Amino acid sequence: MSALLEVDQLEVNFGGRVSAVRGASVTVERGETHCLVGESGCGKSVTALAVMNLLARGARRSAKRLAFEGQDLTGLSDSGMAHLRGNAMAMIFQEPMTSLNPAYTVGSQMTEVLRRHKKTTQRAATDRAADLLARVGITAPGLRLGQFPHQLSGGLRQRVMIAMALMCDPKLLIADEPTTALDVTVQAQILRLLAGLQRDLGLGMLLITHDLGIVARVAHRVSVMYAGEVVESAPTAELFANPKHPYTRGLLRCVPVPGKIKRDEPLGSIPGTVPRIGPGFEGCAFRDRCDFADVTCAHAIPRHAASVAHDFLCRLPA
Amino acid sequence: MLQFLVRRLIVAILVAATVMTLAFILTRLSGDLAISIAGPNATQADVEAVRKAYGLDRPLTVQFFDWVGRAATGDLGESYFFKTKVSTLIGERMPITITLGLTGLVIALLVSLPLGILAAVRENTALDRVVQMVALVGQAMPSFWLGLILMITLGLQLGWLPISGTGSWQHFVMPGIVLAFSAIPALTRLTRAGMIQAMGSDYIRTARAKGLSRASILLKHALRNAAIPVVAIAAVQLGFMLGGSIVIEQVFALHGVGFLAWESIGKNDFPVVQSVVLVLAVIYVALTMLADLMNAVLDPRLRGP
Ligand SMILES: Nc1ncnc2c1ncn2[C@@H]1O[C@H](COP(=O)(O)OP(=O)(O)OP(=O)(O)O)[C@@H](O)[C@H]1O
Ligand code: SF4
Ligand SMILES: [Mg+2]
Repeated sequence: MSALLEVDQLEVNFGGRVSAVRGASVTVERGETHCLVGESGCGKSVTALAVMNLLARGARRSAKRLAFEGQDLTGLSDSGMAHLRGNAMAMIFQEPMTSLNPAYTVGSQMTEVLRRHKKTTQRAATDRAADLLARVGITAPGLRLGQFPHQLSGGLRQRVMIAMALMCDPKLLIADEPTTALDVTVQAQILRLLAGLQRDLGLGMLLITHDLGIVARVAHRVSVMYAGEVVESAPTAELFANPKHPYTRGLLRCVPVPGKIKRDEPLGSIPGTVPRIGPGFEGCAFRDRCDFADVTCAHAIPRHAASVAHDFLCRLPA
Repeated sequence: MLQFLVRRLIVAILVAATVMTLAFILTRLSGDLAISIAGPNATQADVEAVRKAYGLDRPLTVQFFDWVGRAATGDLGESYFFKTKVSTLIGERMPITITLGLTGLVIALLVSLPLGILAAVRENTALDRVVQMVALVGQAMPSFWLGLILMITLGLQLGWLPISGTGSWQHFVMPGIVLAFSAIPALTRLTRAGMIQAMGSDYIRTARAKGLSRASILLKHALRNAAIPVVAIAAVQLGFMLGGSIVIEQVFALHGVGFLAWESIGKNDFPVVQSVVLVLAVIYVALTMLADLMNAVLDPRLRGP
C-alpha cells in the first residue's frame, strides 16, 4: 500500500525569483506524525501550502511526485482537490488571528465544512462542532458556537481552527505551528487529543513546529529543512541521538539527551541568517554558516544514507 | 453602537441646519423676491402689497427663524405659484423621484457587483482592464447626453421604451439606466478592490482549505466582506441620484421632485425651492445613517463585543 502522503522533489518559486522550496521530499505514513523543523523562512509553511494547493497567486509548484493515498495531486482538477480538502486532508494555519471569516459565527464556519462533505443535518453538525470544541478544551462550547471571531482570544481562535480541521475526520492533518498561542496545559490536552485520533483513526500528521519539546514527545519522524531543502530526515530517536548534518547538530546543540528536553525549548541558535536563494543556485546553502565548509561544498552535494530510514544532505561521510 | 447613532443624529441635525441656512441665503440672493413675484407689470404699490402679504418686509433674521421654526414642525409653507402647501406638493411628487432613484440604484448594483467581482477574479487580465476602462468612460459621460443617446436609440429608433412620462414601469427604465451610469464606476471599482483584498485574505485561504465550492468562496465568504464598503457608498450614491434627478427628470419629463425644483427655480417660488433642497438633504443624511446600520448588520465587529 502506498504511503498516505508522498512528496518527492517538491519545488516552489515565487515569480521566478525566490526559490522557496528546492527539491524537498517528505513522506507521511498512516498513523504517523512527521515533524518539519527549521529556522524561520526555510520553507516549512510553503511546503505545507503547496501540498494543499493553497499557495498564493504567482507561486509556481512542481514535483516529481505529489500523491495522497496513491492518488496524484499535481494533475487533479480544482473540484477534485476541493473534494479532498477539509475532508480527507485538512490543514491548520500558522495565522489563527486572521484565518476565520470575521462575518460569520464560529458555529456556521464549523458546520459548513461538515455539511459540504458529508450528508448530515444542521443539528447533527452543530452537535459535532460543540463536541469537538469541548475536546480541544473550550468551556461553554454552546456559547462559543454563537460568537463571532472578534469576540474570541487568539488561543480560542486557534483551538477553533483545530476543531474545525477535525470536523470531517481527516486522514491527513497538516498543522502549521498549531499550538503556539496556547498555554502548556491546553497544548498538552490538544496533543493528547491528536494522539488519540491517531491511535483510533490512523490519522497521519505533518506537524510544523519550532518546539523541540513537542518534537521529542510526539514525532515519529523528523525532517529538518534549511533554505528550501530537507537537509536531514530520520526517525525521532535516531535524529536526536545521531544527528549527521552540521545544521541539525547546530539546532540540537543545546539538547544533550533525547527525552531530556524541557518544554518550549527553542531551536539552537546558529550564527548568521538563512540566505535568500534564487534559481540556479549550486552547492550547499548552509556553507556560509558551516564550520566544516570547504571548496567542495560549492558544488552539487550528494544525499547520504546514515541508515535505512535516515538520510542527510552534506558532503561529510556518514 | 448607540453612542455612534447619537453622534450621527447630531451630525444630521447640524447638516439640516446648514442646508437650511444656505438654501435661505441663496434664494434671497437671487434678487428682490417681491418684485419677481409681483410680475413685470406690477406697480410700486403692488410690489409693496406683495412684500407685506408674504412677510418679506420683516427683517431677514425674523424670516429665517420663522421658516426654521415652521419647518421643524413639518410646515414647509405655501407655494407662491401653486398656492398649495409645499409639503403636499413634495409629497405628491416624491414617489416618482424615489422610484427613479431606486431603479437607478438597482440597475447600478446589478451591473457593478458582477463586473467588480469578474474584474477581481480576473485581476490584471485583459478582461479586468476592459472593465476598468468601461468604468472610466462611464464616469466621463454627461448624463443628459447619455439620456438623449438612449432616447434616440432605444426610444425612437428601436421603439423598445417610452421616451417620456411616468405611465408605466417601462418609463423608468431609461432614466434609471442614465442615473445608474453615474454610480456604476464608483461601485464597480469599490467591489473590485474589496474582492481583491478579500480573495487574498487568510480567511479565504481557510475557505479554500475547507474544500468549499467556488460559488460559496466568492459569494458567501469574499463578497460578504467586500460588500461592506460598497453598501455605504451605494447609500451615498442613492442620495446623489435623488439630487441628480433634477436633470434627468427634465430630460425624460418625469414630474418628480427634481422637476418641481426646476420649475420653481424658474418661477422664483422660493418656499418650494428651499424646501426641496431641505428634504433632499434630510433624505441624504437619513441614507448615510441607514448605511451605517446596514454596515453593522454586515460586519459583526461594529456591533461591539
Ligand atoms: N507569497 C509569497 N511571495 C513571495 N515569497 C514568499 C511568499 N510566501 C513565502 N515566501 C518566501 O518563501 C520562503 C519560505 O517561507 P515560509 O513561510 O515557508 O517559511 P517558514 O519556514 O514557514 O517560516 P516560519 O517559521 O517563520 O513560519 C521565505 O523566504 C518567504 O519570504
Ligand atoms: S555540505 Fe559542506 S557546508 Fe554544507 S553542511 Fe556539509 S560540510 Fe557544511
Ligand atoms: Mg511558517
